[in-house]
Amino acid sequence: MSNILPPQMARKMYADMFRIRQFDIKVVELVDDDLIPGSCHEYCGQEAVAVGVCSALTKKDILTSTHRGHGHTLAKGGDVGKMFAELFGKSAGYNKGRGGSMHIADFSLGIFGANGIVGAGAPIACGAAHKFKAAGEPHVAVSFFGDGAINQGVVHEAMNLAAIWRLPVIFVCENNLYAMTTPLRDVTILELYERAQSYGMASTKVDGMDVGAVFDTTFSAVERARAGGGPSFIQCDTYRYFGHYSGERHMKTTYRTQQEIDEWKKRDPLDFWAERLIQGSICSAQDIERMKREVDEQIAEGVEYASQCPAPSPQDALEHMYAVNYPYTPAQGAEQ
Amino acid sequence: MRQLRFLQAMNEAYRQVMAEDESVMILGEDIRGGIRGETKGLHAAFGDDRVLDTPISEAAFTGFATGAALAGLRPIVQFQVPSLIYVAFDQLVNQAAKMRLMLGGQADLPVTYTIMVSGTRGGNAGQHSDNPYPYLVHAGFKVVCPSTAYDAKGLMIQAIREQDPVVFIASAMSLPHKGEVPEEIYTVPLGKGQVRRAGTDVTVVAVGHLVPEALAVAESLSEKRGISVEVWDPRTLLPFDRDGLLESVRKTGRVVIYDDTNRSCGYASEISAILGEHAFSSLIAPIKRITRADIPLPYNPDLEAAVLPSPMQLEQAICSVWSYSKS
Ligand SMILES: Cc1ncc(C[n+]2csc(CCOP(=O)(O)OP(=O)(O)O)c2C)c(N)n1
Repeated sequence: MSNILPPQMARKMYADMFRIRQFDIKVVELVDDDLIPGSCHEYCGQEAVAVGVCSALTKKDILTSTHRGHGHTLAKGGDVGKMFAELFGKSAGYNKGRGGSMHIADFSLGIFGANGIVGAGAPIACGAAHKFKAAGEPHVAVSFFGDGAINQGVVHEAMNLAAIWRLPVIFVCENNLYAMTTPLRDVTILELYERAQSYGMASTKVDGMDVGAVFDTTFSAVERARAGGGPSFIQCDTYRYFGHYSGERHMKTTYRTQQEIDEWKKRDPLDFWAERLIQGSICSAQDIERMKREVDEQIAEGVEYASQCPAPSPQDALEHMYAVNYPYTPAQGAEQ
Repeated sequence: MRQLRFLQAMNEAYRQVMAEDESVMILGEDIRGGIRGETKGLHAAFGDDRVLDTPISEAAFTGFATGAALAGLRPIVQFQVPSLIYVAFDQLVNQAAKMRLMLGGQADLPVTYTIMVSGTRGGNAGQHSDNPYPYLVHAGFKVVCPSTAYDAKGLMIQAIREQDPVVFIASAMSLPHKGEVPEEIYTVPLGKGQVRRAGTDVTVVAVGHLVPEALAVAESLSEKRGISVEVWDPRTLLPFDRDGLLESVRKTGRVVIYDDTNRSCGYASEISAILGEHAFSSLIAPIKRITRADIPLPYNPDLEAAVLPSPMQLEQAICSVWSYSKS
């Protein structure tokens, strides 16, 4: 267990991870029931990464997320009801039904949005970090991306920008070993964190199933960034339990063996952390059961709220394109 | 009044807005060096954090501007030549242009993209001669394309002050243009075209650097053939001043569109469609378009000239539509 982690926070981390787990288990159900249009990329299995990283951040710190973004948003404090409402495409959703799973954002919590384009958030995080640095504000920007994104040019360009300008950015690479069906070993030679080293930044690898370890590593990266020490790269080795996206469940895939999945599940980040909490007398088994019940209630309430709130009016479909509209702009599809 | 060149007008706009608003910053390749002139002196005046020389990383610096804008700054991103936007197309089209709507309006993106030396200067071949504004209009960017030094300053200031992403097209052939430019800060509004020369027989819609050419053709036709040509400059391509154009066309009933982008799905296609839909009953002649051919510009100057819209083609088109008489 981490040395710097206050007990209350250690407990909250469990609840946060459990919330992500239950949220995405619910999402699977809702996709199957056709209540969510489009597809979702579930985060189950990787909870320790989002929670470990975001526990080291404040509300003023910002993050850019990925297509697999529910975990990051929840870990940064995202509201369960507003998230479900967005997944249902409702007006009360985070993005007023304009974004869905792949674009959920909450600027009041520094969540600059999930992103449907692999690697695209990395330079955006750098721009926000520049603002913090130029204004003398002590905040940091975190860019989450997967092992697949490490082969996107823009991620490398962004790492270079962060390094040359000593930006307070933390690049968090979630290595779940697969990009869709492509194994990391087929497309990448070096360890991921070794690539970042070549840009001249602190770079390290951590067990992404151990939320305490992820927190500790992130905490030092954040401290360094706040003190003007520039960017860091953290490779978090982890595993996704479900398919690449919600639809994969109904397909026959062979890119991972059941044995491999079962092996990783033995190192489940929630079980691991529960055990640590109990061993360290930070909480009892009953405390954990109580936390779980509370989370389950939140999830149920969130779904209930989202189902009941109204859908946006099709008449308003062109809203939000621009801050300032001009005549005939944006144009309708049919004669005005 | 004092005269400035187009580039000096841009420079003055940058300086005045940066002095007025601390959140404005500029970034791109070779900005500090400022050899062309439009960014000259900015680094000395506004310092390291507001005037950034970037590595040759178009995708990253475009995304960087998005992040800076989302965090509260007002960045200007300068592309050294137009075709470099293709290198950054994801960050422009998938990110910046779509972001506000996808976020449900949670954040604004007050970013200005300056596209330097747009179009051909002659002999730069396929990768350095594009006018990429149809792509950008299609993506939903607000796009301005000034044809005078006065508009360059006024539209640049307006572009930077907009709460949405705006693309500023600095046409290569417009850069040497010199004209009257007031010293004080002023803006030219988006979505307001301008009649550059009044006439009653034919409306020529000329975009950007083609405005002076259209004016010359109009003068000569007036002298040679007594045709009264109105030259109308849209000034901003999105928003587009539909009402201003319709006013002109309802008067003349004849239109030639003179635009240096491709024939297929180029900017002239859009204007033509708008006229077909909204000016049908006023038209007494078919709409004519004089555009680029649908190929990348060839290097050889004669081949290049053969595929660019030319004053001679414009003149012929004007005469052709003029031959349709009002009944
Ligand atoms: C630039 C880009 N290329 C391809 C895709 C299609 N795609 C979506 S997710 C994905 C795999 C991404 O893998 P990784 O970055 O490791 O993230 P993970 O899905 O494992 O969380 C691909 C290829 C995309 N969205 N963006």
